[in-house]
Amino acid sequence: MNPNTLSSFFRIALLACLLPATVHAGHAHIAVASNFATPMKKLAAQFEQATGHTLTLSTGATGKFYAQIKNGAPFDMLLAADEATPARLMREGDAIKVQTYAIGRLVLWSDRPGYITGNDAVLRQNRFKRLAIANPKLAPYGAAASEALTQLKLIDAVQNKFVIGENIAQTYQFVASGNAELGLVSLSQVMQDGKLTRGSAWVIPASLHAPIRQDAVLLKRGENNEAARALFDYLKTPGAALTLIRSFGYER
Amino acid sequence: MTLSAPDISAITLTLQLAAVTTLLLMLIATPLAWWLTHTRTRWRAAVTALVALPLVLPPTVLGFYLLVLLGPKGAIGHWMQQLGLDTLPFTFGGLVVGSIVFSLPFAVQPITNAFAAIGVRPLEVAATLRASVWDRFWSVAVPLARPGFITAAVLAFAHTVGEFGVVLMLGGNIPGETRVLSVAIYDHVEALEYTQAHWLSAGLVVFSFVVLLMLGRHSGQWQRVPA
Repeated sequence: MNPNTLSSFFRIALLACLLPATVHAGHAHIAVASNFATPMKKLAAQFEQATGHTLTLSTGATGKFYAQIKNGAPFDMLLAADEATPARLMREGDAIKVQTYAIGRLVLWSDRPGYITGNDAVLRQNRFKRLAIANPKLAPYGAAASEALTQLKLIDAVQNKFVIGENIAQTYQFVASGNAELGLVSLSQVMQDGKLTRGSAWVIPASLHAPIRQDAVLLKRGENNEAARALFDYLKTPGAALTLIRSFGYER
Repeated sequence: MTLSAPDISAITLTLQLAAVTTLLLMLIATPLAWWLTHTRTRWRAAVTALVALPLVLPPTVLGFYLLVLLGPKGAIGHWMQQLGLDTLPFTFGGLVVGSIVFSLPFAVQPITNAFAAIGVRPLEVAATLRASVWDRFWSVAVPLARPGFITAAVLAFAHTVGEFGVVLMLGGNIPGETRVLSVAIYDHVEALEYTQAHWLSAGLVVFSFVVLLMLGRHSGQWQRVPA
């Protein structure tokens, strides 16, 4: 065995040791909009089991993620709560590819069983004290809520009862803690396995607001990250992922 | 650039909140500090720790517990409802309560330190001159502890102006009612309105610096009495 063969043997041996760690089981850091946090946790477990890759999830507000990504945050992919932020990241060259991974549904929700009777009656009677909505300026669910209330011609009547959450997670918290009797939240927050988890609700007809498209972008940093690329495709393909996303009340 | 009307309203509201909070805090912190300085009960250590708790707890924890506790399902909120009162979250009053809890150590600690620095001697001397307890407090302790009071008031005010986590959790971002400066800045950042965010943020930095500078100069507190 000449020294050359020996060294290439070692190189191959070394590669073989590294392979499982780098190629077969990659790792990606994913930024996830708060409204998709719960489904994403399940989806990540499912994805990790199917592919052997591992994911680190950070949940938060899409606008904050944007600022962090612009300032060098270590994310490989962003699952945003809107389509505007991903489009902007694409335009500014911070992202490689984009796709819609879920379309959100808005729901009028109360923590009290029987308080909402499957229609807008409770809003029209206007006997509640507080209606929680997400900030229409910041959160797509807030914008959709404001649009739907305008369509229902209720906005003027209920506007002075708004309490405004910074994002849809905080809006949910205002209602769940009983501090607001009602709130316009994401269906995904109150639905699991196709059923309402607690309280009472009215799913706002999709015709009352523009679709809440939630887009995912593969970020520049994740361009060559195999785990991130695999997740991007995993979200796209119909199958287990789509079934799970739908069971949380999203459409696609 | 001129500030927008909502931003000006946020600034006014913040100053109102800080003023009311500081005033109430001085009323609460002074007897508490007096008691902490002179008591011999074994509860002293526990109360001191309790007062200092907001220093180390994340403001979101305080805000979250206040939201739950003051809400209709919480003990205090439930009790208030039974008395026919409105619950506190999402109101200016709610923010005042939150701010008092949040800034309590900033008011209590400097006053306690100032009282402790006086010691019992001047008070005993006053007592031999037949000064009543009340008289001893107002004519001896308060004037001697003046730097401590100034530090407490300035820190409580500045700390309330800069407060964010508690207000965010408890406030509900209602313009003119609970939408304070820090929340307005947060909104601007989230909406990618960085110019407005910079104006308000830089203003807050300058304000805080000037306050601390004046505090250091005026009372010379930093060297003499550890705050």
